[in-house]
Amino acid sequence: MATRRQFIRISAMGAGAVAAGLGGYKLFASGVNGGENAAKAVMASRTPTYCEICFWKCAGWVHTDETGRIKKITGNDEDQHSSGRLCPRGTGGVGMYYDEARLTRPLIRTEERGAQSFREATWEEALDYIAEKTKAVAEKYGAGSLALFNHGSGGKYFTDLFKALGSDSIAAPSFAQCRGPRDTAFIATFGEQPGSPENTDIRDTRCLVLIGSHIGENMHNGQVQEMSDAIDNGATIITVDPRFSTAAGKSKYWLPVKPATDIALLLAWIHEIVYNNYYDRQYVEKYCYGLEELKSHVAGFTPEWAYGITTINPNLIRETAREMANASPSVIIHPGRHVTWYGDDTQRLRAVAILNALLGSWGRRGGFFSLEGKDLPSYPHPEFPKVTKSWRDWNPGKYNLADSPVSNVLVDASIPEPGRDAMIKAWFVYGTNLPLTIPDTEHTIKAIQNLDFIVAIDTMPMEITGWADVVLPECTYLERYDVLRASPHRKPAIALRMPAREPLGESKPAYWMARELALRLGKQDYFHFEKLEEMLDWQLLKVGSSLEEMKKIGVKTWERETGSPYFADGEDIEFNTNTGKIELYSTSLENEGFDPMPSYTPHPEPPEGYYRLIYGRAPMHTFSRTSNNANLFDLMDENTLWVNPRVAKEWGLSNGQPVYLKNQDDILSDFPIKVRVTERIRWDSVYMVHGFGHRDKKLTRAYGRGASDTQMITNVIVDPVMGGTGMRGNFVTFITDIKDKEAAS
Amino acid sequence: MRYAMAVDTKKCVGCSDCVVACQTENDVPIGFCRDWIVETNDGTYPQLVTEIRSERCNHCENAPCVRCCPTGASHITDGGIVLVNKRKCIGCGACIASCPYDARYPHPDGFVDKCTFCEHRLKEGMKPACVSVCPTRCLYFGDLDDVNSDVSRVLARRKHKSLIPEAGTNPQLYFLI
Repeated sequence: MATRRQFIRISAMGAGAVAAGLGGYKLFASGVNGGENAAKAVMASRTPTYCEICFWKCAGWVHTDETGRIKKITGNDEDQHSSGRLCPRGTGGVGMYYDEARLTRPLIRTEERGAQSFREATWEEALDYIAEKTKAVAEKYGAGSLALFNHGSGGKYFTDLFKALGSDSIAAPSFAQCRGPRDTAFIATFGEQPGSPENTDIRDTRCLVLIGSHIGENMHNGQVQEMSDAIDNGATIITVDPRFSTAAGKSKYWLPVKPATDIALLLAWIHEIVYNNYYDRQYVEKYCYGLEELKSHVAGFTPEWAYGITTINPNLIRETAREMANASPSVIIHPGRHVTWYGDDTQRLRAVAILNALLGSWGRRGGFFSLEGKDLPSYPHPEFPKVTKSWRDWNPGKYNLADSPVSNVLVDASIPEPGRDAMIKAWFVYGTNLPLTIPDTEHTIKAIQNLDFIVAIDTMPMEITGWADVVLPECTYLERYDVLRASPHRKPAIALRMPAREPLGESKPAYWMARELALRLGKQDYFHFEKLEEMLDWQLLKVGSSLEEMKKIGVKTWERETGSPYFADGEDIEFNTNTGKIELYSTSLENEGFDPMPSYTPHPEPPEGYYRLIYGRAPMHTFSRTSNNANLFDLMDENTLWVNPRVAKEWGLSNGQPVYLKNQDDILSDFPIKVRVTERIRWDSVYMVHGFGHRDKKLTRAYGRGASDTQMITNVIVDPVMGGTGMRGNFVTFITDIKDKEAAS
Repeated sequence: MRYAMAVDTKKCVGCSDCVVACQTENDVPIGFCRDWIVETNDGTYPQLVTEIRSERCNHCENAPCVRCCPTGASHITDGGIVLVNKRKCIGCGACIASCPYDARYPHPDGFVDKCTFCEHRLKEGMKPACVSVCPTRCLYFGDLDDVNSDVSRVLARRKHKSLIPEAGTNPQLYFLI
């Protein structure tokens, strides 16, 4: 073993094959004194925060030593999101502050977009310039032609700015590139969505069913922790995945489903549960609408029918249906999170919701609990002006069931079409790296090239900042106040984020930027407080706390006001659907002209010599945004391409061999990716972790490391219900020789 | 007092939080580690078994690194913790070569470094950083002489193994299987 940099050692053989080599270390023959053991350094202080490295937003403490250096970040024991334990990304948040590639000065473009040529500017100049451009676009084309893409806490302030300007073209990729189908399906079924963090009662469940959800690789902290509790409690885990995921390795049943056939499996389970009377009769009779319709709908969807589609043994389908029924109502067919796969995703998630309804798990212990959040008064400001041109107007009549704006609709609307000009003319992009987030990178860039103006606000240089006209450097979450975290959970709670250090260089918090722009655009009335902490204190006093108290405790939790998080026996409940019931048969989908109950439709299969591209998460990274963090880069510095040994043999691929990828549309990967030969993936698919293959050279560590799945995803299958971008209908082949790569390009 | 740790391979997801928490707690330089993740895979699709382990120094009762250290820098302290006195360490690397578990690394400042079970935290009544941070709570730590310690209790009720027992080092890192 040449280096100890490889923290994750993967052995293809049994347990004996560990760490055999001892040679190769650079040994030091001299140098006796290693200096003071820093571990013994006195902790000078700790300040509360909630993490911004992912959307889970765990609360914790930032520890600084006597010199003010950020030493470590730990969890807050009172926090329901983390139970006092941050995940590797949160623990490694230190590396975000110390990343030498950080943006620390406002930048203004000097050459054409994408050329990465910027000059440093003063805040005054950068803000004046943005305000002037924003005003010009709004006056010429209307406020609706300004689009905001945002992800993360600071998006709130720019959202307020946009609303003040009269635009509702405000999208987070977390809807149409991620959770949207699930939220839409659960709203259609139960009248509410699972929330974030989700209301899954995993710690008390007796049976957890994961459909392509790879908890443990996706590091959704609370869920990872609760899945571990469930393992301790002897719960049955059933994992449906074409890949032997980490969760599959912890499961009693792994169903190695053929990709793109999940709906057939779900329908067969529904069939089994309905026709064997496994469903919770009392619950279904009292709360559900459309059982008879569902029953006749699934009559033909037997396990034998599904076997021919999914390749899952019918007996295994029956056995797992019985396992779920035995655990009912303490069973969770997990809604998942990133669920934009094949374009019929809302319907697949409807099948998931229907299964949960039949088993009576919604509102039951070990199933789904009811969330309760703390109502915080919003700071006073004038009414937002009426939106004259809404994002919905770009596609009249489409995506009416989407309860959030659809990011890809805004991208599409930025590209002129024959006979019509582009409807979006300027973008503000806050904290989301669109070229590696929205599928089909070239399409996104085409949209950017058509804009009059684009601003990016970020902590790090990213592909998106390379395309921006003005780049505003935000300080990290470790250096700023933000709005209180008040996400609903088992109990209502709030968490404070406050700065542990002064902002690095000239970086500034997003609130300050949005307010400065508001002042320049005549919208100062919407930003009443000069400093965010004044607003926080005002808000906290209204709920019986104070900034002073929160600085000491970080997290404050209240008892529930709405009673038990579970339905009482026979309790009368009105659900927020058209019928007031849990809709097995969806009237809202029917009203919009969609199938009221889910059906299986076959999806294209890979052509000869091509493999379906499946992608997922690694626990050490969040999307593409953490790849340059020194601490996290150290844990995982590139992604690999999982290839089944049969396929590797056919192509003559060996472990660690770099290959380029080419997709069905002849798109070539910018960079090679190393092959990982493993039995853990099917022979008709390959797998990689999302978020690598950065093109921006300013990312000192991450540039050129691994490949970008997003670049390979050019076949986007849009979900007609809510506009989600299905990304799993892409097929890749291997280019094993650099000369072949050059020839192919 | 005999400190020991048990790692539940049925719960560990290999997230590496133990690695980064150790690095920040103990100022382990980027590029090195005192603990790490090992994943082993067996079988052919779809009959597969994966085992994931968080590994570190085994704090062996019969520690070859201590026996071979020419300066006495490597030593066993209270509770059986194997430590390196870096002021005595000349960085010769004999201990690194002798360790069957590959648990030591040469610190760039010229001494050999390794897991200390976070001795400085134990003195404060805290658990090692890796144990405190682990999201799956798959790490159990404590005193084997105390039958009520977390580690004694879990070892009493769960099947377990240690690594390379044939080396005769009597390791104090256990893996629940």
